[in-house]
Amino acid sequence: MSVRPQTRSPDSKPPFWRDRTKRALLAQCLLLAALAALVVFIIHNTQENLASRGITTGLGFLDDTAGFGIGQTLIDYSSNSTYGRTFIVGLLNTLLVSGLGVLAATIIGFTVGIARLSPNWLIARLANGYIEIFRNIPLLLQIFFWYFAVLQSLPSARESMSLGEVIFLNIRGLYLPQPQFLSGFGLIPVVMMAAFIASIALIVWNRRRHAATGKRLPTIWLSLGMIIGLPLLVLVVTGVPVTWEVPELGGFNFSGGVTIIPELLALWLALSIYTASFIAEIVRSGIQSISHGQTEAALALSLPGKLVLRLVIIPQALRVIIPPLTSQYLNLIKNSSLATAIGYPDLVSVFAGTTLNQTGQAIEVIAMTMAVYLTISLLVSMFMNWFNARVALVER
Amino acid sequence: MTHYKEMIPERPAPHRSIGPLAWLRTNLFSGPVNTLVTLAGIVLLYWLLVPTIQWAVIDANWLGSNPEDCTSAGACWVFIHARIGQFIYGLYPSEEIWRINIVFILFTGFITWLGVPGLPYKRGVAIVTLLVFPIIAYLLLHGGYFGLPRVSTHRWGGLTLTLILAVVGMVAALPIGIILALGRRSSMPIVRSVCVIFIEFWRGAPLITILFMASVMLPLFLPAGVGIDRLIRALVGITLFQSAYMAEVVRGGLQAIPQGQEEAAAALGMSYWKRMGLIVLPQALKMMIPGIVNTFISLFKDTTLVMIIGLFDLLGIVQAALSDSRWLGFDVEGYVFAAFVFWVFCFSMSRYSQYLERRLHTGH
Repeated sequence: MSVRPQTRSPDSKPPFWRDRTKRALLAQCLLLAALAALVVFIIHNTQENLASRGITTGLGFLDDTAGFGIGQTLIDYSSNSTYGRTFIVGLLNTLLVSGLGVLAATIIGFTVGIARLSPNWLIARLANGYIEIFRNIPLLLQIFFWYFAVLQSLPSARESMSLGEVIFLNIRGLYLPQPQFLSGFGLIPVVMMAAFIASIALIVWNRRRHAATGKRLPTIWLSLGMIIGLPLLVLVVTGVPVTWEVPELGGFNFSGGVTIIPELLALWLALSIYTASFIAEIVRSGIQSISHGQTEAALALSLPGKLVLRLVIIPQALRVIIPPLTSQYLNLIKNSSLATAIGYPDLVSVFAGTTLNQTGQAIEVIAMTMAVYLTISLLVSMFMNWFNARVALVER
Repeated sequence: MTHYKEMIPERPAPHRSIGPLAWLRTNLFSGPVNTLVTLAGIVLLYWLLVPTIQWAVIDANWLGSNPEDCTSAGACWVFIHARIGQFIYGLYPSEEIWRINIVFILFTGFITWLGVPGLPYKRGVAIVTLLVFPIIAYLLLHGGYFGLPRVSTHRWGGLTLTLILAVVGMVAALPIGIILALGRRSSMPIVRSVCVIFIEFWRGAPLITILFMASVMLPLFLPAGVGIDRLIRALVGITLFQSAYMAEVVRGGLQAIPQGQEEAAAALGMSYWKRMGLIVLPQALKMMIPGIVNTFISLFKDTTLVMIIGLFDLLGIVQAALSDSRWLGFDVEGYVFAAFVFWVFCFSMSRYSQYLERRLHTGH
């Protein structure tokens, strides 16, 4: 605030357009009024347009019968189901491909990002080539490539490619064996849960002991051993109560087992490969942002190499990596909506596409779709902020 | 301890530490694990590159004009050759293509002038590029004036449309983005929250739903009888989407300017708009250029989504050409060509932005 010499007598106020607070108030009132006018204008036009087209507003259409089938459903769905159920099927499919994509993109991205920093010249060049090629080609083009050029040129069901006569790949998708749980299998999850709780207890105990005595156990290996080993042991003792249902060729198609439709496969491949190229760059710059002095200081304290990485480099690099990583995850989730271009039944495809065309309820449908993405964005960024805050605590 | 009165002459570096062999040893074969990794890398490279080169160059068909000319096993570039006019100009009437060419040449000229450091009159050229050039480009492309026949927008397509969407989206988004960023940093609570909600709303939704919204809902929002061109609808959606991202870039640039600059300007008695327009924004804009180029790259790639609402950008027209019954089965060639064009544009722009970042850093 600039201070001016008082030339007027103190009781004569300046005109209101010279008063900063009043001017701000006026500007904000004008903005609100303009926004309100815009909203009223839009609502008025929309009501008239909808009335002239004979569309009634409201969410009542969600209870109507959809009347179309969906290629991949995670819950029971038929063409007799309602539009509301269509919405849920689409949402689950979006979450499925996003979850798979985030997982694969993280693994590929971290691998390539670390390879990019490899002292081996060839490996570093290869990783760089991967990054430069895949992040500079539009995602939609990559999806089309995988779907139309690669997966649609696979052989028909009769000439499927197979891996040990158990896994089959053809133009209709990827066929995997499905486990069938027999009676007595119920014990396994219980044991696994118990092992999980025990390893948490072990980690807490080890941390206290480490703080008190300076000794520590390799808890990660111990808990991994418990979580994987104990259920395996129970599995063997109870006589392996699991059989695998292998897909079988009958007529023109396979039956049994799990089917991954080619649309999901193409979308998954393209999303993970594309996003991984960005994650790799983030990981590389994150690790490079840690000055070499940190490594040297840790080595001077005679920390072994593995601990230098785990206790010094990674915690600091993660602080740099996590914020941009979050926005890449969000991008991946939003990009999964490109599913509609190849007909993978995600939220945008079955709800903002088919449902909108059949019902004409543009406003409700688009608003619900947008609300879903905004909610997901909010939840993911809340989780990542929480995680980031935890990692940031390492800093003093 | 021995004492030397003179320096011992420098000995040459050991043979094992200089020359190409030493380079190979340190960078590729420094140990058993490293050697194995290198060999695996060579196998991977061989396995990837040899069939690709075989397909794309050695066995490829380059000459001809119809599908029967593609006889060997490799790529059929004849397909691209036969369709290249469509891929670049869309369905624009062939006798009017010179208009697009003039716009291309003008645009390249202006951008080169602005991009090459050291050329004079940057400010004047920038104003002409931002204000005069769009009008010239519109008059030339759309026609209907000065005896030019009118070409309606549904005939626009190919690389031309991709560039139009990206450039117009960008240029229109920049001022909105600046205003949003200033609003987000404002001390007025209502202005700030309106801007934050606007930015987060567009950033949180995928572009494809925004394009759907623009193509389905925009006609509902306007008074009955106001027809609105499909290209304009797409442009409105892209601009609003892009302005939110632009706002974040501008905000980053504003945050990089020390608070003292604005305080000093305020101490000189400058008003808010003078402080921003004369002191803060000119400095911030310079810092923002790499960020602007990066958002432009992602916008350039995102323009491919307009094919989902029925516009034929480069990818859209390639996709349409692939379903031509005379030219079936050339999917890979079509996609590789489109990917190559996009890659050349995006890669050169990202290199340019890296170069700018390095150039801007030396100032400190």
